[in-house]
Amino acid sequence: MKKSLLIYFKNITKTYITGPVKYQALKGIDFKIRQGEFVSIMGPSGSGKSTIMNIIGALDTPTTGLYKLKGKDISHYMQDELAEIRNKEIGFVFQSFNLLPRTTVMKNVIRPMMYSGVKKKERYKRAMDKLGLVGLTDKANNLSNHLSGGQIQRVAIARALVMNPSIVLADEPTGNLDTKTAEEIMETLAKLNKQGTTVIVITHEENIAEFAKRTIRVKDGLVEVDRKTRRKNGI
Amino acid sequence: MEFDELFLLAIEALKRNVGRTLLTMLGIIIGIASVIAIMSLGKGSTQSIVDSISAFGANVLTVSPGKSKRGPGGSSSTVTTLVSGDAEEIKRLSNVRAVSRVVSKSKTIVANSESVNTQIKGVDASYTEIQSLEFLSGGFFSDGDVLSAAKDVVLGDEIVEDLFGEGAVDFVIGETVRIDSRVFQIVGVIRDSGEAIVPVTTAQTFLFGQDHLDSISVDMVDTDLSSVLEVEIESLLLDQHDIDDPEATDFNIRNSQSMVDTISSVTGTLTSLLSGIAAISLIVGGIGIMNIMLVTVTERTKEIGLLKALGAKHKDILSQFLIESVVLTITGGMIGMMLGIGISFMAARSMNIPFVVTLASIMLSVGVSAGVGVLFGWYPAQKAAKLHPIDALRYE
Repeated sequence: MKKSLLIYFKNITKTYITGPVKYQALKGIDFKIRQGEFVSIMGPSGSGKSTIMNIIGALDTPTTGLYKLKGKDISHYMQDELAEIRNKEIGFVFQSFNLLPRTTVMKNVIRPMMYSGVKKKERYKRAMDKLGLVGLTDKANNLSNHLSGGQIQRVAIARALVMNPSIVLADEPTGNLDTKTAEEIMETLAKLNKQGTTVIVITHEENIAEFAKRTIRVKDGLVEVDRKTRRKNGI
Repeated sequence: MEFDELFLLAIEALKRNVGRTLLTMLGIIIGIASVIAIMSLGKGSTQSIVDSISAFGANVLTVSPGKSKRGPGGSSSTVTTLVSGDAEEIKRLSNVRAVSRVVSKSKTIVANSESVNTQIKGVDASYTEIQSLEFLSGGFFSDGDVLSAAKDVVLGDEIVEDLFGEGAVDFVIGETVRIDSRVFQIVGVIRDSGEAIVPVTTAQTFLFGQDHLDSISVDMVDTDLSSVLEVEIESLLLDQHDIDDPEATDFNIRNSQSMVDTISSVTGTLTSLLSGIAAISLIVGGIGIMNIMLVTVTERTKEIGLLKALGAKHKDILSQFLIESVVLTITGGMIGMMLGIGISFMAARSMNIPFVVTLASIMLSVGVSAGVGVLFGWYPAQKAAKLHPIDALRYE
């Protein structure tokens, strides 16, 4: 039985207009992502992969085309509706500036739950639970500026999971890390995917993309290749 | 998000930069402190002036010799045209309850080995009703005593303490004091006073050697008709003194209530003027808050972007920054209020005026500082809330 459809992109375009200059970043993107997939979106800078990530993550809306998330057309949602989608359906892991400065790990992880009215008693429990998944329960009360790069990314992953979202969306999550730590982070994401979480990684690095089961290559605003990834190390 | 959470977030954000927070609050602190201090001192000085005027009797008209209110010249001591006959005539007017002649001079009172220099007043027996004197012991002299020019004296409690020591008030009745080497018997002690009061006839004959009066106190029945009575007295005295030109009076009539009103309105105007000037510093403080909040929003653009990515809605960001500026101004307002109360307390003590802090001024300071926070915090908060998540996340 096929897993249910999570993301449906149909002929998505995005045009940026700055003054007199028009720039078409996406020229008609089509793909589907199903529940439980591990997808990497690859491409050189300027290819449009960040724009794709912004639209998937409900940070932005397409100029034309259809974006269905879990069957709902959210292509024309307003800012506050998009905020709710981001809160409930998307868990973000960014390349940098992931955590609130000078704020404890716990408070960082709890934050998304504050925006959706999760009961105070439950917040702490859930946060500890997710910190356990990334192995950082002992750092719960550390300040965010006292963590290493790898720890920061793992806190971000815990926070991304805390609302039990449909998708974990990671934008160059290993961009600031050394190779060994980068692999650890990707292994953490792979482990989560094994447990059923849908993971989408935006990257320009081949070895990072290889962790995913499927790679969508983007070039000049169009999908160039969309195929299963050659598995790495049998993960 | 709930209010208590937003409040805690605001405190955390403000604690991140304590120095800047304090400097930003300084404008509000100074503004509120000066408004509170000025309002309090204004109220205190008004009250002190009103109290001392009211001590002369609230519904009393005072007729004094000398030129009318307009301009200086003709001081009362050199004008001798006000006499007992005038008081007799005023007594006959309707709406007059009581009339007392008044003469007064500074003299030295001696008892035992102590002496005190004070104002000696010679008055009629009706003076006690006119001024509603309060007796700690004994009583006032009678009409008979005035007629016979008895050597009775009523002393203020302050004088009794100076002459006989503390606690002497209870046993001093019947004791004697000397004024100008004449012996007077103490018949009464009045509360909160530093005067010595003797029968007017006694004062004129034995002490001051004068026939004319220094003033006439007129107590009226109906205070609403006080201006009518003033006109009546004026025409009566013009007639008595054979003066044709109403501009050339040799006396003037003062109404203590109208003096209270005038002075209250003057001090009131001064207080509001000064408070207004102080309030300008509140506006300046508010602009300082807006300025810093704008800087904060710019500094925290990436943070705002991150919060939006985590699902913060327009109102979440708006209320977070708004509450931050309101917490800033209310804290400043509280500190300013305490500072203002402290300043006015010390100033009131050193100026010897009553220390008055009204609930209204406290409410005003809290209300105004919260208002300043909302007013000047709105624009920066709105700016933060309106940021597009992608622009905010990409901001360098």
